[in-house]
This record gives sequence, C-alpha cells and structure tokens, in this order.
Amino acid sequence: MSAVAALVLQVVWALLLTPLLIGVLRTVRARLEGRVGGGFLQPYRDLRKLLGKESLRAPGASWVLAAAPLALMASSLVLIALVPLTTTTSLSVVPDDLFVVVSVLLLGTVALALLGLESGTAFGGMGSSRHMMISALVEPTVLLSVYALSVPAGTSVLSGIVAARRSDPAATVTPVSLLAIAALVVVVIAENGRIPVDNPATHLELTMVHEAMILESGGRDLGWLELGSWLRLTALLGLVVNLAVPWGLADSPTPGALGLGLASFALKLLVAGALLSVAEVFMAKLRLFRVPELLAGSFVLAFLSVSASYLVV
Amino acid sequence: MIGADLVGTLLVAGLTLAVLALGASVLVPARHRNAAAGALIALLGLDGVAVGVAAQARTGQALAWPIALPTLPPLEAPILLVTPLGGVFCALAGGVIAVAALFGIGYASGPAASRTGWASFTVFALGLLGVPGAGDVVTFLLAWELMALGSTVLLLADHAARASVRTAAAWYAVMTHLSFLSILAGFGVLAAAAGGTTWATIAGAHIEGPTATLAFALLIAGFGTKAGLVPVHVWLPRAHPEAPSHASAVMSAAMVKMGVYGILLVVADLLPVRSTVWGIALVAVGAVSAVYGILQASVQTDLKRVLAYSTTENVGLIVTAIGAGVLLRAVGQDSVSSVAWVAALLLAGSHAAFKTVLFLGAGSVLHATGQRDLDALGGLARRMPWTSTTFAIGALGAAGLPVTAGFVAEWTLLQALVHAEAASDRLVGIAIPVTMGVVALTIGLGLLTFTKAYGIAFLARPRTAAAADAHEGTATMRAALVVGAVGVVALGLIPGPVGAAFARSLGDGSVAAGEGAAWSSLVLPRIGQVLDPAALTILAVALSVPLALAHWWLARRAPRRDVALTWGCGGDASSPRMEYNAISYSEPLVRVFRGSLAAERRVDVQAAPGSSVLASDMVVVHETHDVIEDRLYLPGVRLATRLADAARRVQNGSIRRYLTFSFVALLAVLVVISL
Repeated sequence: MSAVAALVLQVVWALLLTPLLIGVLRTVRARLEGRVGGGFLQPYRDLRKLLGKESLRAPGASWVLAAAPLALMASSLVLIALVPLTTTTSLSVVPDDLFVVVSVLLLGTVALALLGLESGTAFGGMGSSRHMMISALVEPTVLLSVYALSVPAGTSVLSGIVAARRSDPAATVTPVSLLAIAALVVVVIAENGRIPVDNPATHLELTMVHEAMILESGGRDLGWLELGSWLRLTALLGLVVNLAVPWGLADSPTPGALGLGLASFALKLLVAGALLSVAEVFMAKLRLFRVPELLAGSFVLAFLSVSASYLVV
Repeated sequence: MIGADLVGTLLVAGLTLAVLALGASVLVPARHRNAAAGALIALLGLDGVAVGVAAQARTGQALAWPIALPTLPPLEAPILLVTPLGGVFCALAGGVIAVAALFGIGYASGPAASRTGWASFTVFALGLLGVPGAGDVVTFLLAWELMALGSTVLLLADHAARASVRTAAAWYAVMTHLSFLSILAGFGVLAAAAGGTTWATIAGAHIEGPTATLAFALLIAGFGTKAGLVPVHVWLPRAHPEAPSHASAVMSAAMVKMGVYGILLVVADLLPVRSTVWGIALVAVGAVSAVYGILQASVQTDLKRVLAYSTTENVGLIVTAIGAGVLLRAVGQDSVSSVAWVAALLLAGSHAAFKTVLFLGAGSVLHATGQRDLDALGGLARRMPWTSTTFAIGALGAAGLPVTAGFVAEWTLLQALVHAEAASDRLVGIAIPVTMGVVALTIGLGLLTFTKAYGIAFLARPRTAAAADAHEGTATMRAALVVGAVGVVALGLIPGPVGAAFARSLGDGSVAAGEGAAWSSLVLPRIGQVLDPAALTILAVALSVPLALAHWWLARRAPRRDVALTWGCGGDASSPRMEYNAISYSEPLVRVFRGSLAAERRVDVQAAPGSSVLASDMVVVHETHDVIEDRLYLPGVRLATRLADAARRVQNGSIRRYLTFSFVALLAVLVVISL
C-alpha cells in the first residue's frame, strides 16, 4: 500500500476513535466520581443527534457563522492527517514539519475565536478573548519543547523525531525527553481546555472558555465544532503519546505494519485518555489568572529541556 | 537577456515619470488631479519594480548624475547604482507605491488631494525609490532627505482639522532628523576611514576595529529610528494613524523598510565584520522590539495604532533575523546564517504586502464610517464584503498563518533558528532558544491582536450608527485592496521563486525553488527542509471535499433556520452594547502583562449636584501606557520645555532690552578682536 493509503487509513481511524476517546474520558471520570455516566458510546450518539439537527442563524449574522465550524473541522482533519499517529511514513511533498502542524492547529484556534466574536454576545467575546490569550502564552512552550526533542534527531519533522526516538530507546528516558514531554502535557491540557485550565463539563459559568465560544451554536454547527475540537485532542494527545512511547507505529506501508500501527495507536490513545481523566479527578480548575503561571512553569520546563539537550550532545 | 542598458533606461524613465507626476499634481485641475497624478505615481512604482527585477541580473552599470557640487575628496561623483540587494528593496517599495497610489485615486480627498498633497506624494515616492537605488553616500542621503521631506508634508495634510496631526508631525520631524544626523555621522566616519563615498570604495576598505564599531553604532541607531525599533519607535504610533491612509500604507510598508535596507547594507556589504557582540546586540534590540511592539498593538483600540505598533513588531522580527545571521556568521555557521538573512528579506517582503492591505483596509473603513476606533465599529463584514475579505487575508498574513506570505517568512526564520548548531558555542546556545521563545510569543500575541482587529471591526453587530451605515469604497480602492491581497496569497502559495531570488540577491544559494512539479516550493538545500504550501493546500482541499459533501447532504435534510435570538438565556433582546469590545478583549492580556503596559483601571465618579453620596455619572476607564515613552522621552520633553520657558524670560519684547543685548554683543566682539 502506498503512503497515501496509509494516510487515508490514519484519518479514518482517528475519526472513528475520537468519540470513543471522549467516551472513555467521560466514563472514567464519572465512575471515579461515583456516577454511572453515559457509557463509552454516548459521544457517537450525541454526534449523530447534533449533525442531524438544523442550525440556527440570528438576524445579521455573517459568513463566519457558517464557515467557522467547517474551517475548524478542515483544520482538524489536516492535523490528524499530518501528525504521525499510526505511521511514520509521511508524504514527502507535505512533511509533517512542526511549524506547519502548529500553524494548522492555530488556524482552527482562530476559526473558533472568530466564531465567539461573531455571536455578538458577552459570553462569546469573553471565551474568545481568554482562548486567544491562553493560545498565545502556550506557543513558546510548544515550539521550545519540540525543539528540545528535535536536537538529537536533527530535524523539525515530527515523524523524523518519532522515528529517531524509536531507534534509540535510551533517549526516551533522558532528562531532556522527560522535561519536554512534561511541558507538552501542559500544552495538551491548555490547548484542549482540560482541567485545570478549563472545565470541559461546564455550561453557563463565568469561568468557562471553550464552551463560551460555542454557546450560541446549535445543531449541525455544534456537531462539527464538537467533533473538530475532539479531533484536536486526539491529534495532540496522540502526538505526545507517540513521542513518549514511540513503538508500534508503522515504518513501512505494508498491511501488517499498518495494522499494528492502528492497533497500537488505539491502545496508547485510550490508555492515555484514561490516565488524563484520572488525573483530572484529583484537580480543581485554576483561576484564569493563575493559568499564565502554569504556562510560565511549562515554558521553564521546556527551556531547561533545551539546555539539557546541549549537555547531552 | 537583461543588460546594463535596461536598468539605465528604466532609471531615466523613472525620473521622467516623477517629473511628469509632479507636473500633473501642480497643473491638472482638481477634478482630474487624483486620476492623473495617481496613475503617474502608480506607473513610477511599477517602474521601480522593473528596475528592481532588472537589477537582479548583476550586470548593472553605475548611472552617474550631474550635480552642481564640487567633488572634493573624499567625496566621489554621485551615482545611481542598483545592486541586487538594493533591487529587492526597490521592487518592494515600487510595488507598495503602485498599489497605494491606485488606492489614493479613489480615496484622496480634501487636503490629501490638493496640489501639495499629490506633489509631496511624488517626492516621497521618488525618495523611496532613490534610497535603494543609490550607489554612494551622497545620493543615499539626498534621497533619504527627499523621503523625509515628502512624508512630513504628506503627514501634515489634515493639520487644520486635527491638532493631533501637528503633534504627530513634530514628533516625526524630530525623530527623523535625529535619525538623519546619526546616519550622516556614521557615513562620515566610514567615508573618512575609506577615503571615498561609493559603496564599492567603503566595502573595499575592509574597515575594522573601533572605527567600525563607532560607525556601526551610529548607523544602526539612525536606521533603527527610521525602522521604528524600540526605544526609538515613538514617532510610529503617532505618525501612522494621523497620515492619510494611502500615505500610512507607504510609510509603514515601504519607508520603514529603508531602515531595514540600511541595516542590511551595513552588516552584509559595508562592514562585514564577524562579531558576536554585534549579533547579540541586534538580536536583543530586535527581540525587545518584537515583543514590546506586539504587546502594545494587542491592547490598542485605534485600528491604525494597532497596525502601527505591529509595524514595530514586524521590524523587530526582521532585525532579529538579521542579528541571528550576524551571530551565526561570527561563529562560522555561514550556511544557516544565510537562511536567516533570506528569512529577513522574506519577512520584509511579506510585511510590505500584508501591511499595505491592512492600512488600505483601515483607510477604506475610515472612508466608509469616519471611524478608526474599533469600539465604534462592528458588523462591517456584511456591509463591506471587499474590504472585509481583503482585510481578513492581510490579517492572516500578519498573524503568520498558512497560506500567506507571513507564514512562509516565519517558517524560514524558525527553520534557521532550529538548525543553528547551538551546542557548539555557549553564547549561541543561550541566544538561540531565547530567540525562539521570543519569536513564538510574538507569533502567539500577533494571532490574538489580529483576531481582535478583524473580529471586533468586521464581525458581530454594528456598535454605532456610522458602522451600521457603512458603504463599500470606490472601484480603484477595491482594486488596490484586491491586488494587495493577491500579493499576500501569491507569496504564500508560491514562495520558491521569490525566496530563491532573495537568496541570489545576497549572493548565495542557501534558499532555492523546488524542481519540476514542485517549482512553487521553498527548499533549504543546506539544512534539508522543504515547504510546499501548494501541496498543503491540495491536501486540505482533498480532505475538505468529503466534509463539504457530508455537510451539504445534512444541510439538505435539515436546512438552516432564522431566529431572532439563538440562545437568549431567558432574555428576548440583546443590544450591541453587550458585545465584547476592543478594551474588554485584551483585558486578560493586560492583567498578565500589567507591568510592561503600565495598565491603569479607575472609576471616575461624578457626584450628583447637592449630594455627597449620590452619583450622577460613573465611567470606568481602562488605560495602558507606552512605558518607554513615559519614562524615557517625557522627562526630556519636559526639560526642553523648561529651558524654552527660561529662554522666554530673556526675550520679553522690550526694545530697550534688545538694544542692550546688541550693545553688549558689540562690546564683546570688540574685546575679542582687541585681544
């Protein structure tokens, strides 16, 4: 099979797994809190319901209202196609370069922020403003932590970094690697609005960020927004897991290797999701203005990791 | 192929066009003045582009021009000689001038459309094209002063209507003169040391040691002032908003680039000294400018002030890239250093493209609503589709997102930083990661700034009647906006040929275009990286087709429905006053960076008449300040005012006192002579 088929397979697989990941996150959390929860498959049912429903339009709404959910979805689809989730055989014409991946992620961020402003309500603007502030402050950590991991690999292409780490198992437990992964976990939490940065289970609270932006959307629009945001979690969490545990990814587009890649990715992603959920149960949401301190902390980790990478070389 | 004669012919054609444009500005009656002068200036700009492109062939011969000055040594005969590097800036300035002049045809009104307005625009354009076309110090300085003169007069266009214009012009004139003095002194040092004034003579003298350091410091200070670097950026947020919009576009997109050209001319051609200290100094100044500029931009509420501060940010990034190149060259990493310099040129090119669109877009908004204040706008996307779409593309470019010119430039800069062998040298090892962090923070804050600028001005509902009644601009205004936006996307979609040309202009092949089918892609052969935005776009389209089909199928079964309030929360009406505005949007950021922004929040309470407890009016004021201006400049301005007040005491208007002064002066002269 060619690299294109591997890519299509990865996108479809990530699309199929994503609602399950959300189901696992929610159910694990519910069980630990002593609730029953909606079950692993509830997000699939939610999506079917939302996508089948009509969307609403307030008078005077502009093209952004209809375009933003689709733009977010498109950016998320490109993201799950680029990031090495199940295979390290990236397309040679579109390498999964770190900076390209980050910029595609940011396109989705901007689509969400503009949608929040378009709604013309206080909640929308509030969420949008907070969301952009957090994204701006996360940016240095993203670039520096992946830079630290790229120094030993000598490339900023993500699949190259994953492949280099797989071939040198000792490198996955060095201080450089551990510090950078810790910083990246904070990035995943902040970019996807998980506790302690934002509470994904909240509606109509003055502290919300993500939910405030999509508050005015309903029906099909909301369905795309939910799926698009979930895919971002899959992509980022999958990337961090693959950087931390770089085994199982297909290194050649043969059916056997690809099958192993798909299976190992599902396992790693769901286990990481469950762990994330367990960690969230023991934490409370931070005050918004304490979040920059958390992000500054993660930046320090990333910077230490870069410094440590010079010592090793 | 392109020969020396072509460059010469084009230069002469340019001078002729400038004279014609001057004539048209003065002689053509008011009814046709905009069209005649604007068209001729646009042609002059296009001629600049042609000169720049032709100069890349490197066969250019110097065009000596007669001047009625004695050429005493070390003055050599003044020449026009477009080097390949100068050609890049010539083309860049020419493109900006052409688009801005086209916009001006439909936009200029009142004083900006007067004889003086168009004549000063012509002088400004001529100066801008002359600076990169100069082959020696004298020509350079003459063109530099033409540029300053033209822009100052143009800036003063609306002085009768707004007092703020006069303040802005005073700041601009003072800073421009300081910049000129510093550059004059710097070139003086170089000319004295080299014994000549042409670039070739100075570069051939290989000046080193304290002389080189002195000249470097003076020249960087002078060019940095023109480029709007911190801490000499103060004229920029005043002058850009107050100038007519087509003039602000040229000032921001082309004129500050002449400062960048000057810096590149110094470090790449005139003084190619390998010094880590110079590199670190440039990186530090650039990095501080980038972060400070974008931080200030993100909290402004005046649309054109946002753009002005963002100019400081972009120039900061360019100088950071130049500095990184100098630093890496000093530690012997020449191939990565060249990538950093090409990144600087790409940043300059992309900034020229998107800032032209953004300033012209702001001009179109001003034309339609009479408002520059973001908090008085809103909902323009529906009323002004052309302006809204082109502004959105410009904002994407400014935020550095694909597939625009800004993304390509920032990608190249980050690649240069990532591939520096930082472990080899301790200084580099600290400087490179810090620079990366700074660039990343700048990109992040830039994203916030331009999401805010576009979202608050063009989305949601109109906040004032002026915004609700906005209308689209004239045909030439729309055409100029579209041309600019196409430039932003074209540079972002097919960066390869442009990047390769920029690398060649620096005399080096560190950046190349892809081969065969991937001709549009940008290749960095020495560090093995490829960027193919066209392929990325194809991937995105391929993935979006199934999405669009699914959406279409779902939408057919349950079409969108119009409602009065999508989510009323129990309410049944909402007013535009409830919307988030520009101040509230940046409030979280202001809290985080309280110290650097000198943020202040107070409640002004006006007591009701006859009561000490009842309030008749309450206003919440959120203010941020330019800390550098407050702490560095205002004490100086206050001192100057005090001295001027003291001097007034000497000059009290009494004839008797003046006669006494004359008498004392005469006595002093006699005493001096008799000694």
